[in-house]
Amino acid sequence: MSAAAEILVPGKAGEGETLVLTAPISFWGGVDPKTGRIADVRHPQHGEVIAGRVLFLPGTIGSSSASAVLMELAHNGRAPAALVLHEPDAILLLGLIVAREMGWETPIAVRLDRGAFDAYRGGAATVAADGAIAAAV
Amino acid sequence: MSLALSPEEQAIAVRQDGAGMAMRIVAESARLLGAPRLIPIASAHIDGALYHGDSGTLFAERLIEGGAKVAVRSTLNVGALDLMGCSRIRLEEPQRGMARRMMEAYRKLGCEQSWTCAPYQAGHRPAQGSDVAWGESNAVVFCNSVLGARTNRYGDFLDIACAITGRAPDYGLHRPENRLARLVFDVSGLSPSFLASEIAWPVLGSLYGREVGNAIGVVRGVTGHPGEDALKAFGAAAASSGAVGLFHIAGVTPEAPDVATILAGPEPEAVIRVTPEMVAKARAGLSTAVAPEAVDAVAIGSPHLSHAEFDSLERLIAGRRLAVPIYACTGRHALALLEKDGRRKRLEASGVVIVADTCVVVTPIMPDIGNGVLMTNSGKFAHYAPGNTGYAVLYASLADCVESAVLGRPVFTDVAA
Repeated sequence: MSAAAEILVPGKAGEGETLVLTAPISFWGGVDPKTGRIADVRHPQHGEVIAGRVLFLPGTIGSSSASAVLMELAHNGRAPAALVLHEPDAILLLGLIVAREMGWETPIAVRLDRGAFDAYRGGAATVAADGAIAAAV
Repeated sequence: MSLALSPEEQAIAVRQDGAGMAMRIVAESARLLGAPRLIPIASAHIDGALYHGDSGTLFAERLIEGGAKVAVRSTLNVGALDLMGCSRIRLEEPQRGMARRMMEAYRKLGCEQSWTCAPYQAGHRPAQGSDVAWGESNAVVFCNSVLGARTNRYGDFLDIACAITGRAPDYGLHRPENRLARLVFDVSGLSPSFLASEIAWPVLGSLYGREVGNAIGVVRGVTGHPGEDALKAFGAAAASSGAVGLFHIAGVTPEAPDVATILAGPEPEAVIRVTPEMVAKARAGLSTAVAPEAVDAVAIGSPHLSHAEFDSLERLIAGRRLAVPIYACTGRHALALLEKDGRRKRLEASGVVIVADTCVVVTPIMPDIGNGVLMTNSGKFAHYAPGNTGYAVLYASLADCVESAVLGRPVFTDVAA
């Protein structure tokens, strides 16, 4: 399974085990900025760790501090390996934009329709610097 | 359409100083959003001064090293410390020092020391129709919906970048056509006694956020203005459970004199008819504790308590001694009034812990007891407390919160939807 995805924020190409979220998440209050663990007890993927994963996000909700949490994860080396978003989220992706301004290494963020997420569940995937997403077989 | 910067904006964006960095952040965000240009803003509310880790402090200090200053009136949202010294924050070094450095950095950037998530009740009320750049989800939704000023949901760091440049991307809720409602959220099937109750607004807000996501809706079936604190609670809950940046209530909020005026087309794309069963489910969903026998603490004040809400609190406590603490979170604007007439001392003597400049879900204040149970009347606290504090939550009205704090066990008096 592979797809060419639009680049939302350029960054380091990523490879890792996939994590496909089945519900929108608020990064602030939903993800621990130190560890990358999903802390929202109401979230279906509660307890999973997003660090080092190719993270598929069907949507984001809630706090406008999502950017701060993602930047802190990038600064700590606990960011996802790559982010795949159904639609561009200016609040979340700001974390990557500002981290780049600060000169820190950030993962690539690309856009893919959430209808295509299922094909990447339960395996590993790569997101290349040109935005190409491929499931590792 | 691609972004076009003015010659002046372009000249700033290539600079290596703080203003240049701020302009590049605003321009990058504008590109991401598909905005064709930047527009001038009248004010900003900055959510970025809350410590989540060292990265945010380093960013603010980089701006100061680059000589940046805010170009418009900028109020500050909560920080991680209680600078007024009302409550003890259990943040240890080195985090404590970094949090203090962060708050200091935002002061040096020229922001007002408001330290509240309810700036709209602390004298910062932009005019209807003006463009502003506000952060903090509840402040954004109040600013758009209740004041009728125009802002998007500005994330941390873009808020200060907009304040420094005095500009924001021209897209989303800055454009009048995007402020029109596509959905109707009809509450006329609910009982008038429920709609008049305090819990109606956080519960309906939570349901509204989950139902509409990021769409614009208009609430139909509200008779009479429910009061500003009710709208504050509705918006805060809606912006926690969904990505709500603007709501309308027909006959109540300024852009919706009636449903027809605010609808984008002759007919809504969908009508959500709210039933008592939906309300009961939404209300139950605000609690995570399962039939606990005891309550360890009560937290109120998200968004920060107004002076009127302190009146209600004092009336309900009626001089009694609390068995478990009520953490009452507020801003220094309300604190000043409490100090003036000796009410702070009276409340504290009853066992109320006043928390100023910050709140119990953004920084460690409540004891780390493991499996604690927290009661709250705030839809927003109910949403965030389990993940941020480790406490399970019980949602209840303010009256029930106070009775439960007096007795140390949960008390519920139901108002049926």
